[in-house]
This record gives sequence, structure tokens and C-alpha cells, in this order.
Amino acid sequence: MRCAVLVFPGSNCDSDLYKAANSVEGLEAEYVWYKSESLDSFDAVLIPGGFSYGDALRVGALAARAPVLKALRGAADSGIRILGICNGFQILTECGLLPGALHRNSGLRFICKTTPLQVVNTDCQFTTGYKKNSVTHIHLPIAHGEGNYTCDSETLRKLEDNGQIVFRYSGNNPNGSVANIAGITNEAGNVLGMMPHPERAMTKWMGSEDGRILFESMRH
Amino acid sequence: MTKGIVTVSLKQNVLDPQGQAVLHSLQTLGFPEAQNVRIGKSIEVWLEESNPQQAESRLQEMCEALLVNSVIEDYRFEIVEV
Repeated sequence: MRCAVLVFPGSNCDSDLYKAANSVEGLEAEYVWYKSESLDSFDAVLIPGGFSYGDALRVGALAARAPVLKALRGAADSGIRILGICNGFQILTECGLLPGALHRNSGLRFICKTTPLQVVNTDCQFTTGYKKNSVTHIHLPIAHGEGNYTCDSETLRKLEDNGQIVFRYSGNNPNGSVANIAGITNEAGNVLGMMPHPERAMTKWMGSEDGRILFESMRH
Repeated sequence: MTKGIVTVSLKQNVLDPQGQAVLHSLQTLGFPEAQNVRIGKSIEVWLEESNPQQAESRLQEMCEALLVNSVIEDYRFEIVEV
């Protein structure tokens, strides 16, 4: 499975994501520059964390209008899997592929720590491996200043009814997000945005290997 | 030449932690009458356009296309001659 790792000016988790994906048997990652106009040769798209465009205007706002976005929308429509992590999640909400928005953490601080999560939906295209391994509670690192997910009550109801909430913070909510949301999919289920970093939890020496299962799930 | 001045604010139902922190500081500094603080931003756009109606319509498009995220933000703007 060929995975595009999108690279914007200011992305800084692209290398981690590239290496994480390439370390999983059956996944083959390749960098794709933000000016690229085609993603046709890929089976999945990974959008890394970082500070694209230095967070100018709003987090993810300028990346969400970059040239590669046209191809990304096409990829989303075609049903291939798209995973946005941290700034990647922010870009997905800014471009409208995911509902809601991410803004300043309720405590104002940038938070960098490993956090417990509940895998709420183990039937989605990114989490079947957790079901197979009977895992519903995992630990992944977070590192963000603007991970406070917000949406109106109507959108929240739809997210809950459709099973679009994939991850929730299970300990203290670190950023004030609505309904403890840490990750959601679109209605079709092929686009996942999440604030925690699975690519930083691939082996035991990283402190957790719970992220590996997510990448492994993407192969099926 | 005209200039559009866009004032962007967080929607009323969106929590503004920055505003709350500033409110707390104001009260600590001896301004107990301060009851609430909301922080927004101001964006100035210089336009090569002399017709104010045309400038207004283009600025509106800019707000919708990029300058404002309507999920969490409200905005208003004015056009001035420069």
C-alpha cells in the first residue's frame, strides 16, 4: 500500500510519520510536496503534525488552501484512507473534510505528554486492529497548543450517532475538547483526524507501541 | 485605493481561554468592574479598487474563502479610503 506523506512549509512530524509508516510491513511511504497536483498513484494519504505556515492566521488555515488540497479532496471523494495527525487534523477541519474546528487549549498551555485514550470505535477503517487485539484503552503522546476540538451540538449529535468519534481522552481532558474528543472520522469513515501522535508510539522504547496497530489496521 | 478592516471575534458560545486569563489579570490589577474579556483580531487588507460596493463584495468573498473560520468565528468589516 503506497502512502503519501504530505509536506507543507512548517511540517515537522513528516519524517517521523514517513519512518513509522515504512516500518510497518505492507506500507510504503513517500513524501509529497504541498505543491503537487496529483495523488493518483497513492492508496492512502498521511498528513503530518507541525506548524504549517507558522500557524499564520489560524492553525492549518493556509495549508488547507495549498495546491495539493485539490488532489486531497479528490482522494477523499474516491474513498481512499486519509489520516491527519495533530496539525494534519487541524488542516482537515480547516478545509472542511472533517466537521468542527480546533482552537486554543482551555488551559492555554502547550501540552506535551503521553495521554490515555479510549478507542471508542474499533470498527472504523483505522482501528480494526485494536478490535482484533481486544484493545480498547491505549496510550499515545500528545503535543499541541490548539487541540481543543469544538463543534455545535447538532454536529456533535451526528458524530455520536454515526460512530464518527474514534478516540476520546480517558483520563483528564488535556485541552477542553467537546465530549473529550481526541479523534474523529468523516461520515464515510475514510478520513480520520486525531490530535494524539500514533507515529511517536511505534516501539516499546518510545514509551508505547499502541500507535503501530493503527498503521497496521490501515492495510486491510 | 481602499482598505478593508476586518474585525474577527470568537463566536459567543466558543470559550475564549485567552480572554479569561486576561480578565483574571485585570481583576488582579484592581479593575473589579471588568466582567468579561473576549479577544479577537483585526485584519487590514489594502485593495486596488475604488468602487466601495465592489470592494465590499470582494472583501466578503475573502472573509468566506480564508480570513474567517465560520465554525468558531464571527466577523464584521468596514471599508475606508486610503
